Amino acid sequence: MSSIEKMTLSKALNVSLRTALENDPKVVIMGEDVGKLGGVFRVTDGLQKDFGEDRVIDTPLAESGIVGTAIGMALRGYRPVVEIQFDGFVFPAYDQIVTQLAKMHARALGTVKMPVVIRIPYGGGIGAVEHHSESPESLFAHVAGLKIVSPSNASDAYWMLQQAIECDDPVIFFEPKRRYWDKGEVDTSAIPGPLHQARVVRGGTDLTLAAYGPMVKTCLEAAAAAAEEGKSVEVLDLRSVSPLDFDGIQKSVERTRRLVVVHEAPVFFGSGAEIAARITERCFYHLEAPVLRVGGFHAPYPPARLEEEYLPGLDRVLDAVDRALAY
Amino acid sequence: MTVESTAARKPRRSSKRVSAKKPPAEQTELVQLLTPEGERVEHSEYSIDLSHDELRGLYRDMVMTRCFDAEATTLQRQGELGLWASLLGQEAAQIGSARALRDDDYVFPTYREHGVAWCRGVDPTNLLGMFRGVNNGGWDPNSNNFHLYTIVIGSQTLHATGYAMGVAKDGADSAVIAYFGDGASSQGDVNEAFTFSAVYNAPVVFFCQNNQWAISEPTERQTRVPLYQRAQGFGFPGVRVDGNDVLACLAVTKAAVERARRGEGPTLVEAFTYRMAAHTTNDDPSKYRNEDEYESWKSKDPIERFRTYLSNEGIADQDYLDAVEAEAEQLGKRVRDAVRTMPDPDTMAIFENVYADGHALVDEERAQFAAYQASFAEEGN
Ligand SMILES: Cc1ncc(C[n+]2csc(CCOP(=O)(O)OP(=O)(O)O)c2C)c(N)n1
Ligand SMILES: [Mg+2]
Repeated sequence: MSSIEKMTLSKALNVSLRTALENDPKVVIMGEDVGKLGGVFRVTDGLQKDFGEDRVIDTPLAESGIVGTAIGMALRGYRPVVEIQFDGFVFPAYDQIVTQLAKMHARALGTVKMPVVIRIPYGGGIGAVEHHSESPESLFAHVAGLKIVSPSNASDAYWMLQQAIECDDPVIFFEPKRRYWDKGEVDTSAIPGPLHQARVVRGGTDLTLAAYGPMVKTCLEAAAAAAEEGKSVEVLDLRSVSPLDFDGIQKSVERTRRLVVVHEAPVFFGSGAEIAARITERCFYHLEAPVLRVGGFHAPYPPARLEEEYLPGLDRVLDAVDRALAY
Repeated sequence: MTVESTAARKPRRSSKRVSAKKPPAEQTELVQLLTPEGERVEHSEYSIDLSHDELRGLYRDMVMTRCFDAEATTLQRQGELGLWASLLGQEAAQIGSARALRDDDYVFPTYREHGVAWCRGVDPTNLLGMFRGVNNGGWDPNSNNFHLYTIVIGSQTLHATGYAMGVAKDGADSAVIAYFGDGASSQGDVNEAFTFSAVYNAPVVFFCQNNQWAISEPTERQTRVPLYQRAQGFGFPGVRVDGNDVLACLAVTKAAVERARRGEGPTLVEAFTYRMAAHTTNDDPSKYRNEDEYESWKSKDPIERFRTYLSNEGIADQDYLDAVEAEAEQLGKRVRDAVRTMPDPDTMAIFENVYADGHALVDEERAQFAAYQASFAEEGN
């Protein structure tokens, strides 16, 4: 019996949660509509039916309350996996995440741990109304004490969620909602690589495209298009935003000598800025061009009919590739 | 008629005037077992039956706490502490409520719960680390079931609720108590804690010390109804207790804790008391409150009234009272010495315990900073 199965990214998350609930009685799922409904994206589908209302908990509609009580449950020895319904609704919980969750371990001089996972469907491209398409990862990456990861495919969705739940630190788990329905192979008996290690998903020699979450697919498409023009573009799936795998990026850039970072989040103070600064420092003598960034603008996420222009797509990525290669 | 339309017809009040008037004391039920004059009175719902030893113990707790608190204030004046938040005047509320707890119960304090910490057996000197600036907490919450002091107003009420949800899941009969202030009652987190604890029937007691002030803002700035009445809207009982009456605080908290143990859910206890000192050592209350108010509360002092009661009833004689004073002085001295010799943390502690499972960036920055520091040593500076 093979343990390799083809499934959507959201199904992989569902299977991963099921595995976690089976393996560890201390794992509980909390969130709005995660029970009977199975979450608005059905990521928790069927879990309450099989594990009961005690393990898969429909909460009152109050995000600070959800995260605040998850902290209390973690103090009692539980491992809560919290669902925030959409990216734009995490802010009522931002205080609890930043002032309490992130700092509790340090405040207690290491005597308590905060194994809390906060799952957030994020990013645009699904034609949604306001507050349903944002990419706030940098607002969390700036906070010491938090770990931030984002899978780009079904296999990583399964394994990275397993690893996030096993982690004794709080992990903000950003799920690329527009990729929820993309299918991929998941090997549930594989031995996964380290959670915070980047992965080369396409080899290349002329330039490195670094991305995570929803933009990995876009970058792969861009690399394929570039190849038709005879340009060899490497694509790096960063997978983790905090910590960032600078060693992995450095290794790639030392070979390709050019780097373009792509994310949906606004470029200004985005993770690309941090990568550009650090890689410039580490690879100053290897770089043939400045590190370029492609991402959202310093403007509110636009209404759905404008998001195709707003979001970094194939052409915007290729434009940056051309500019970097022109140096 | 909607509330909005009613409000719209009313003349606008100047922002200077405090809109809601203080409810007269007789309008609300105040549970009291000991009058300010030290006279024991009965209450129809709450009673208490303590041995003489236990009664003397409560007195000792209050005196020790007050002495420790005064010592800490002095240490701040002398520059040994950066800040101190005094609990002066709130000893009965804290000792009474804390002595209603069992060891396996769990406490979530604010930053002012020094008397509760004392009852939980936390070494008083441990409380001073954060006020001296050598750590941000610095005790193991699980060794005394006393969580870290929480500075962000109201946050801990949710932690208490979540912890209590965990207790219920475990099938344990422990209770959880969340301390907070009158100011905190306005926070969303506190109201969310009320909601969560109510719908999950969590075994938690919300113990609000209404000390009449949130820094410079009187309780009327936080509420139009007596705070304990808020509980009703959330679907659990609320009770107001004389916060300067250690016996009533103990009796009321005990009843609430037992209710939680029986699986009957949360209770809100409003301990009506007064912050006799400044908000913290940085504060100047003369800017916002008058001496008369202070004097009227001084006559309700929690320790005075209890001493009168113990003496009148022959429960504690002068020798006992003197012995407690002497012990308190010893505590003061021990705390003084401990603070003065408290070592500064090692610089590299900045990088410690940021993560339980490590983080590459923290490791990198730690190494860089260590090398930077070492470079001075090499130069012989
Ligand atoms: C979220 C938040 N806002 C503001 C402050 C600053 N602050 C510290 S104490 C305080 C007043 C608190 O009043 P109350 O809840 O009545 O407690 P008390 O100090 O009287 O014990 C304020 C505004 C804070 N610590 N946290
Ligand atoms: Mg107050």
